[in-house]
Amino acid sequence: MARVPIVRVGATLIATVQDELCDSDVMLLQEELSATLERTGVHAVLLDLTTVQTVDSFLGRLLNDVAAEMRLLGAQTVIVGIQPAVAITLVELGLNLKGVTTALDVDKGMRLLQHSLRVHDLGRM
Amino acid sequence: MTWAECSPAVTAASAPEEQLEISGEADIVAARQHAREAARALGFGAVDQSRITTAVSELTRNVVRYADGGHGRVCIRQLSGPRGVGLEVVVSDTGPGIADVEEAMRAGFTSGSGLGLGLPGTRRLMDEMDIESAVGRGTTIRICKWRR
Repeated sequence: MARVPIVRVGATLIATVQDELCDSDVMLLQEELSATLERTGVHAVLLDLTTVQTVDSFLGRLLNDVAAEMRLLGAQTVIVGIQPAVAITLVELGLNLKGVTTALDVDKGMRLLQHSLRVHDLGRM
Repeated sequence: MTWAECSPAVTAASAPEEQLEISGEADIVAARQHAREAARALGFGAVDQSRITTAVSELTRNVVRYADGGHGRVCIRQLSGPRGVGLEVVVSDTGPGIADVEEAMRAGFTSGSGLGLGLPGTRRLMDEMDIESAVGRGTTIRICKWRR
C-alpha cells in the first residue's frame, strides 16, 4: 500500500502526498503526522500536494482536520502545490479549506513558514 | 475486482463499456484511475478530468461506506449524441437505499460520518445526474459529462 513519507527539514516536517492514496493511507498519514510532531517538537508542517490529481470530500476534509490538529499541537501547517484543476473541483464540490493556509509551491510555502516562525519566536521573547 | 466488456446486446449502438466491481476502498482508487483514463482518452481537459474523477470517487465511496457489505459496481462508457461526445458513469449497489433522495441532495445532509457534500457536490461537478433508489433494494446513480 502507498504510504506517505514524512521528512524533517530543519524545523519543518514535510509530507509529500502522492496521488492514488486510499482512505486508510490518508488516515495513517494523519496519525503519523501527530506522532512525529509530538516526537520532534517542531512548529511547522508542510503538506505537498503537487502530484495529487484528485482531492475528493474525504481527502479535503482530512486536510482540514490535519491543519486543525497541528495547530492544537502548537504547529502551523501550510498546504502547497494544489493544482488549478483540483482547486476548481474543490470549490465546486463545496470545500474551500477556509481554515488552511496555502501557498503555490514548496518554495513559497517554506518561506511562509519561516516568516511565521520568526514572528512566533519574537512573540515569545 | 474484475473488468469485463458488457454484453454486446446492452451496448449495441455505443462503444464498449468498462465495468468494475466495488467491494473495498482499494476499488475506489481503481475506479478513479479508470474514470480518469476514460476521460483523458475521450479528450476531456484537465479540469473536467478532475471533476469526473472526483465525482466517481464520491459515489464509489458511498458504496463502500453505506451499501450492504460495501458491494456494488461501476460502469463507465462513452456516449455520442446531439450534444457530442460524453462520458457516462453508472454506480449501482444493492445496499439499504436512500429513503428521501431530495433530502440526500441537500447540502449538509448526511446519514453517515461524511460532511454531506457527496451527492450535491457530485451534482455540481457533472452535467447530468439521476438517482434511482428503493429502500432495502439499492441505489443506482447515473452521472454524465459532455465534452465541450
